[in-house]
Amino acid sequence: MTTTDSTPAPQGLQEHFDATIARDQRIEPRDWMPDGYRKTLVRQIAQHAHSEIIGMQPEGEWITRAPSLRRKAILFAKVQDEAGHGLYLYSAAETLGVDRADLTEKLIEGRQKYSSIFNYPTLSFADVGVIGWFVDGAAICNQVPLCRSSYGPYARAMVRICKEESFHQRQGYELLLTMMRGTDAQREMVQDAVDRWWWPSLMMFGPPDDASPNSAQSMAWKIKRHSNDELRRRFVDMTVPQAEKLGVTLPDPDLRWNEESGHHDFGTPDWDELMRVIKGDGPLNTERIERRRAAHDEGAWVREAATAHAAKRNKRVQEGTAA
Amino acid sequence: MTQQDWPLYEVFVRGKRGLNHVHVGSLHAADDQMALTHARDLYTRRNEGVSIWVVLSEHIAASTRDEKDPFFAPSADKVYRHPTFYDIPDDVPHI
Repeated sequence: MTTTDSTPAPQGLQEHFDATIARDQRIEPRDWMPDGYRKTLVRQIAQHAHSEIIGMQPEGEWITRAPSLRRKAILFAKVQDEAGHGLYLYSAAETLGVDRADLTEKLIEGRQKYSSIFNYPTLSFADVGVIGWFVDGAAICNQVPLCRSSYGPYARAMVRICKEESFHQRQGYELLLTMMRGTDAQREMVQDAVDRWWWPSLMMFGPPDDASPNSAQSMAWKIKRHSNDELRRRFVDMTVPQAEKLGVTLPDPDLRWNEESGHHDFGTPDWDELMRVIKGDGPLNTERIERRRAAHDEGAWVREAATAHAAKRNKRVQEGTAA
Repeated sequence: MTQQDWPLYEVFVRGKRGLNHVHVGSLHAADDQMALTHARDLYTRRNEGVSIWVVLSEHIAASTRDEKDPFFAPSADKVYRHPTFYDIPDDVPHI
């Protein structure tokens, strides 16, 4: 069910909305909501959905080259999950009165964004493991609090997604553990992948709090529950002991435990690089969108055939009933 | 022709025998059969269901848009519908 009404706030509706948020209750699709709230959600949920869909590409490239049937089956299941996550999110976005075909158009026309992380290349099979460990680990940090997001359909989609992300992260870490028990060359591949993915992973949490203009409003609306820097720090604290167990070094000379704060201190990501990648100048921005466009265009005949088939069947049913 | 021509379906899944079907989300499909197969692939990849219903979203009739609506008022003022409305002495068993 969707609603596209955007009636101006009659008396009392804004108050009712504010009180619902203040009570920590969920806003549901048919409730009145401020235009800004709706727009923020559409932007965030669409961007999130697009990230899942584009996120199929870096790992999908390794399905045919996975080193065993076991790894191939796992990777298949993971990439299928990413598609599923994208669809849960498009479904949530549609409850706000947008159409998912429109969102797909906006993605392939470059009018809506997706996570900058997927513009980096997967150069070796170790990257598949590191993506599961870092990228899905960072996604979990970001997404667990979103399970309590104030918009009901978004929060419920996140609950499903979070359950599945845990498999993603664990398969990645297990893959890396296996490689670390292998040859020197395999261990070097793992360290190399860690070196390349660490900083882009930290950038996944977005710009620092003092340069994140929309954060305050999103937190007031309880769409977002924690600041970018807070989540980034949580990810670092979570990952450092995992890196030790694995036997790899995180490429940050400033990374150390701070007894006083009870957290790790760490270096500053290259924010200029993040801005460049967001603005379209990452290693693979053009390729990712081209690939998505090609998949969409090449799938057009399937969509058309299914529509024609449905129309034919409907006609037969109607004729049958009439006879 | 684009996917815009495919109607929106709402999906309901029975998690296991003995439970009601519960709304889990929506999807687009060309017809009922495709909606069912897509629903299976999308919403039950990990044994989340033993039965699926799909229904065209446009066929759902819903109550008015805001919980503040007086539509639900008749259920709020009849406290005597609840068992706690009735005082029963503590020493009466099994009630």
